[in-house]
This record gives sequence, structure tokens and C-alpha cells, in this order.
Amino acid sequence: MKNKIVTAAEAVAGIKDGDTIMVSGFLGTGSPEILLDALVEKGVKHLTLIANDGGLRAEFTGTTDKGVAKLITAGMVDHIIASHIGMNPDIGNGALAGTMKYTLYPQGTLAEKIRAAGAGLGGVLTPTGVGTIVAEGKETLTIEGKEYLLELPLHADFALCRADYCDTFGNFAMLKATKNFNHVMAMAADTVLLASEQVFEIGEKDPDFYQVAGVYIDYIVKGEQPWQI
Amino acid sequence: MADIKARIAARAAKEFKDGFVANLGIGLPTLVANYLPEDVHIVIHSENGFTGLGSVANKGEEDYRVINAGGGWVTYMPFANFFGSEESFSIIRGGHLDATVLGAMQVDEEGNLANWIVPGKMVAGMGGAMDLVVGAKKVIIAMQHTQKGAPKILKTCTLPLTAQKCVDMIITEMCVMEFKPEGLTLTELHPDFTVEEVKAVTEADFIVADDLKAMEED
Repeated sequence: MKNKIVTAAEAVAGIKDGDTIMVSGFLGTGSPEILLDALVEKGVKHLTLIANDGGLRAEFTGTTDKGVAKLITAGMVDHIIASHIGMNPDIGNGALAGTMKYTLYPQGTLAEKIRAAGAGLGGVLTPTGVGTIVAEGKETLTIEGKEYLLELPLHADFALCRADYCDTFGNFAMLKATKNFNHVMAMAADTVLLASEQVFEIGEKDPDFYQVAGVYIDYIVKGEQPWQI
Repeated sequence: MADIKARIAARAAKEFKDGFVANLGIGLPTLVANYLPEDVHIVIHSENGFTGLGSVANKGEEDYRVINAGGGWVTYMPFANFFGSEESFSIIRGGHLDATVLGAMQVDEEGNLANWIVPGKMVAGMGGAMDLVVGAKKVIIAMQHTQKGAPKILKTCTLPLTAQKCVDMIITEMCVMEFKPEGLTLTELHPDFTVEEVKAVTEADFIVADDLKAMEED
């Protein structure tokens, strides 16, 4: 079996200026912090970032930036595609200053656009956003008398995901509210990086111990830590 | 002010039946859970990925894996279940939520809702709000009747919409209004106010229900 275990620096080595990356997490919970730290260390520019939100800045956590806020603070993101950016004022301020732009989708639409890319679908039809500015420029279809928006797939060059535990093949599981975008993002990028708190050997645990198939995962990084509150 | 919020939250709580699955917005809507009758137990959905939201976690007892949609540390109930965002919003859009309670900047007489963006001001994003008001079986707007005296219940929303024709009920400190087939209808009036006083601060036209009831005291 191909060895997928690498260091965080090796995992992010292929990410280059101008790439589109997707990073799981909801206000930082469920984000792969060791991969984000390694990417900041590497220092790429002009990223398009797909994430639920802008993470949390250090002023909010009382310690350090959490989740994708690390990339935004480091000035690495030109464009964020998200559902909520209000908790990270750097995004709104960046948009005003012309250094950053954002595209917003309803949260459920964002999840389904990503899932569509990973599932080989040409798009999804959602009633969410009909009759609002979200519908501008989008095709609508009426099915059984109800109007839907056609939302297209959202794909990335790299996905950065987080697990509580996985095996060396990449089969993985996430606990409690860390799941959020991890599963759909693991399906929707050319190269998928997984940071895990625990890594078991293949066969050490029953297959049902894991939630997501390791076939999506290209690189596994050990040493993700619990967030220190 | 605290009394007004309590009054609105307490009235909204009366809409919940035992076993309801509901999503409560940040702020005033969250208070609704404090006013449920003892025999009414609901399942609170947290759109970041679980059903069975508990309450704010005590300091020192936080679980780093468990936050609510506002990013706060919370607890979960013994019957909780955790899932990804794709399933969380399948629950919302798929008709598995009995009710959602949210605030609003504007509601109009068509039941259109605006509560996410003010042109020219810093944009926060819609988050899960658009999905919630489209997907929940009953959409309850719990808000103060005016914005510093300016009407919020309008003929036509002037702000960008969150969704069209989605609101079922409006609960304010003055009254309860419901969207019925015949139009926006005043169904309950708080004893502190008259119908004329409600009309004076409501731009939308509304019908006064034949069986207009008193909005119960706090």
C-alpha cells in the first residue's frame, strides 16, 4: 500500500501561489490547525479559499488565530468563498480596501456545491435563495410547481481536512461538531490532506470504526492537537 | 427592554409542541428555550452540525469539539446526534424542522423577510438563515415591533430579501400577527396597546381577526 504518512510541511509543499484550496471548519472548530500552520510557514500568496467562514482571530479566542483566520491574517487569501464572514472583520475591511474579495453562498448551498463536485454531479437544485440577490445570474427551474436555483459544483486544487482518528490508509472519523465540511471537502479536491489526532495501523480497528473512506485521502499528517480553550 | 424581550420569547415558546425539532436564532430567539412549559420538550437543531443542543457550557467544562452556530461553547443532550454540514442542511431543507425562530430587520405584507444585509454597511453573510426560512415548516419572527420607532412591518421590504413569502408568524411586544390565506392578520393584542397604536407603527396593511385575543401577560 502506498505510504500516505508525511510531515505537515511535506503535505502542503505542492500548494502554490494562485491555487484554490478548501479548508474545513466552522469558526475554526474542525479545522486542521497543523496544516494551516505549515501553509502559513510556507507562505503562498493569492489563494482562493473555500471555507464556511473566516475562522476566528486571536482577539476572539484569547490565544491564537483559529482555523482559516491564520491564512487571512497572513495576507495569503485574495478571494474567499464562504457563507458567513462577519466574525472575521479582516475580510470586510480587506474588501473595502480592495485587497480581498468575497463571494457568499447560503451555508446549505455551499455544502451541496462542494458535495456536487465530489459526487460527480453537474449541480444541485435548491429552493434556497430564490427571489433574492443570491439568484442573480443563475438559472432557475420550476419542478412540480416549485422554483429552484441551479447551483454549480465547487471544486478545489487542494482540500485540508481534520480527523480525530484515521488509519494509515486514510479511513477517518470526526467527533461531535468537528464534522461540518470535512466529509464533503475530502471528496471535492484534486489533492486531499488529512491532519489527524490519532493514526492507527491498517487493520488495527474494525472498518466500522471509521466514517469516511480513505480513498479520498492523498496525504496524512499525524499530530493534530485538541484546541486549548 | 429585558421585559419586552422576555414577553416576546415567552409568547414564541407557546408555539412549540412536545417533540418539536426547532432551530433558534442568535439573541432573542435563543431565549425561547427558557420559557417552554414543563411538559414541552423540544429538540434544538444547531446548524453547524447537531440535533440536541443543550445550553451554554460552564466555564472549565467546555468540550473543544462542541460549539453552537455562534461559536460559543455549549453542551448537548443525551439524545444528541452530530453530523456534517451537508446533512445539517438536508435536515433544514428536507422538511425535518418543525419551526425556526429568527429576528428580522423587515417583514412585509407578502411574508417576505429581510434580515441579512444592509447595503452600504459591512456584510456579515447569510450563514444558514436563507436555508432555515425556506426549509422550516413554521417560520416565526420574534422581534421588537419597530426599530427605534420606525416601522419594520412594511408594505414592501426595501432591504435585500432573505427569502420571499416565507414568514408564518410575527411576534412583537405589541402583538401577534399571522400570515393567513386572506392576508396578514392581527390575531393577538397585548393589553398595553390598542389596535390604533399598532396601526400607527405598522406600515403594512393588516386585517384584525374577528376573534382577536389578548396576548397573554408575561
